[in-house]
Amino acid sequence: MFKQLNVAARMLLVLSLLTGVLYPLLVTVLAQLCFHSQANGSLIVEGEVLRGSQLVGQFFDDSKFFWGRLSATTPPYNASASSGSNLGPTNPELSRILKERIDRLRALPGGDAPIPVDLVTASASGLDPDISPAAARFQIARVAAARGLPPERVHALVEQHVEGRCLGFLGEPRVNVLELNRALVR
Amino acid sequence: MSWLQILFYLVVLVVLAKPLGGFMARIYEGEMPACARWLAPLERAIYRFCGLRADQEQGWKSYAGAMLAFNLLGLLAVYALQRLQGFLPLNPAHMAAVSPDSSFNTAVSFATNTNWQGYGGETTMSHLTQMLGLSVQNFVSAASGMAVLVALARGFTRKSSSTIGSFWVDLVRSTVYILLPLSIVLALVLVSQGVVQNFAAPVVAHTLQGAEQSISMGPAASQIAIKQLGTNGGGFFNVNSAHPLENPTAFSNLLEMLSILLISAGLCFTFGRLVKDKRQGLALLASMLIVLAPCIVMVQLFEQAGTHAQQLAGVELSAAADQPGGNMEGKELRLGIANSAIWSVATTAASNGSVNAMHDSFTPLGGLWPMWLIQLGEVIFGGVGSGLYGLLLFAIVAVFVAGLMVGRTPEYLGKKIGAFEMQWASFAILAPCVAVLFGTAVAVLLDAGRAGVANPGAHGFSEILYAFSSAGNNNGSAFAGLSANTPFFNIALGFAMLVGRYLVMLPVLAIAGALAAKKLVPAGPGTLPTHGLLFVLLLVSTVLLVGALTFIPALALGPIVEQLQMLH
Repeated sequence: MFKQLNVAARMLLVLSLLTGVLYPLLVTVLAQLCFHSQANGSLIVEGEVLRGSQLVGQFFDDSKFFWGRLSATTPPYNASASSGSNLGPTNPELSRILKERIDRLRALPGGDAPIPVDLVTASASGLDPDISPAAARFQIARVAAARGLPPERVHALVEQHVEGRCLGFLGEPRVNVLELNRALVR
Repeated sequence: MSWLQILFYLVVLVVLAKPLGGFMARIYEGEMPACARWLAPLERAIYRFCGLRADQEQGWKSYAGAMLAFNLLGLLAVYALQRLQGFLPLNPAHMAAVSPDSSFNTAVSFATNTNWQGYGGETTMSHLTQMLGLSVQNFVSAASGMAVLVALARGFTRKSSSTIGSFWVDLVRSTVYILLPLSIVLALVLVSQGVVQNFAAPVVAHTLQGAEQSISMGPAASQIAIKQLGTNGGGFFNVNSAHPLENPTAFSNLLEMLSILLISAGLCFTFGRLVKDKRQGLALLASMLIVLAPCIVMVQLFEQAGTHAQQLAGVELSAAADQPGGNMEGKELRLGIANSAIWSVATTAASNGSVNAMHDSFTPLGGLWPMWLIQLGEVIFGGVGSGLYGLLLFAIVAVFVAGLMVGRTPEYLGKKIGAFEMQWASFAILAPCVAVLFGTAVAVLLDAGRAGVANPGAHGFSEILYAFSSAGNNNGSAFAGLSANTPFFNIALGFAMLVGRYLVMLPVLAIAGALAAKKLVPAGPGTLPTHGLLFVLLLVSTVLLVGALTFIPALALGPIVEQLQMLH
């Protein structure tokens, strides 16, 4: 028994070194060399300002911007404590949030169109960077009105930012909300 | 498009698993393929450091003792790292020591290949704890499972032998030749898609709307690669692979989903080669696929239909060219319904437990299938190694039942199945079931158990049932609304995990030892062929019957009642 423990201790030591130290270090070095931007969070830098990450959603509730998915983190889109709502399908709280969001969308310009479900549900991470193309198009009238822009121009901007499925069939077509809003500001 | 994605996933999985399975068989037989030979000096150096010889064989008791000693020390190391992380380096976000009960839970969780997360990764663990504690156990707990499977395979192939191989050799070969190279490649491809890999503290961004956003960083890709491949499932971030920095694109998602089942599927081919009859491995793989595929279809259908509240609210729920539709609560847009459905089934069929969508927010009947797959005992693919040895226990029961029907002594792969094997196979199948049902019952009766529930009514019961199912079968996923980071749940679930792991592993090794000591019986005219459709159906029926009879009463109180309430 003592011999087994002795071997086990040495084995744990050497495998810890291999898989716990050398492996992550090797991957880090290779990642930083080959994919520097991605390995560091795909950050967006505007001049001196760190604007955010291409992959991490930001909170938008101003009418002048396109809005993203609902976020269940506190505060919304908290990228240091990701979380979904974890509300069950029969939870009255979930129905209340759903109704509140629908009422809000209905009251704004263009709100009488059919509402895409992704615009009224919380994402899994609370940090979803994307909305569906349908959800972006739904918001065109509101954003155009708030900015005093012709809807056609905003529409053209949205269409430019629609990304298709990977290889034509994997995943979902999407619009990156932060990228769209940055283009809107420019 | 949804159906195309599901079909594509299953086809690619089998296509990749076959060559990997052959590769692994050659590794375990000690005939290193040319592409792996350059790692041999590393393997030899490890044996030299540990004072071992590669040809030192062990009987089943010694094999089990080595496995237990190694797992126990690993468990203690993870516990110590969490308790002391405040004083240790690589802690840029200044995380304090983790509480004793949470540390115990997490240490057990990672040593048993469960990877239940009672904690939030980016808010609790230092980079050092993630790497030296959790990442290491991701590798070695997976390798332990693979080792025990290979030992069981030797039980079938050896004649009148007192040994079943060396735990240390099987452990080292699984790690060095299989898990490490695959992880390095996968991690780098994931980084190319946008998964972070650095040692930085959180960065602070100034958002377009003028707020500050702190974004967590860390060595995520290296941990994610092995948590997927090793059916571990403990994510780097709290929301696991739903986090855009953990699973940024549809392509990264495809790779992560394939990795969940890849090694478990490959081991079916490996087993076929080890027992010198490839058809045996194919029959086992077919049995797994027969259960897996319909479950994906069911989840896809129920999730696409949406919840009753969403239907009543009149929002767009049907999939179209410009939107996913369906129950998008707790799902990521880039992944949509189909990829969330595939993942939820793959991760619960395998004892992976990583998630890319929040199972707690699934429709009642959409969430039923993942929970039931866990309750089947994690034998439909299951954990790497542990899934297949679990299914082989069911195969022993299946040939025994068939033997009873025709009045012959049952045999499997040329070995007579006797009372000893049957007793221990039954014990190993039933032990996790007892842990799940007993644990759930206790939690429901105690205030400390009920206090953790987040959602009212039947869904709250489902949360507790899911938690004990997950722990007792070493899965690790959750209906995450449950506040499980309390002394009661940390300790109760910790013990459920220990039962689900070691009270299965030890009987498997005992059976391996008993089988290895037996003579080979040549197949006769009365032998039940175990590679045909008849056996596949018999095996699947055995798994489904045990799973159904044990858990349908409990499921009726949870998801089924909830579905009825939702429609009421």
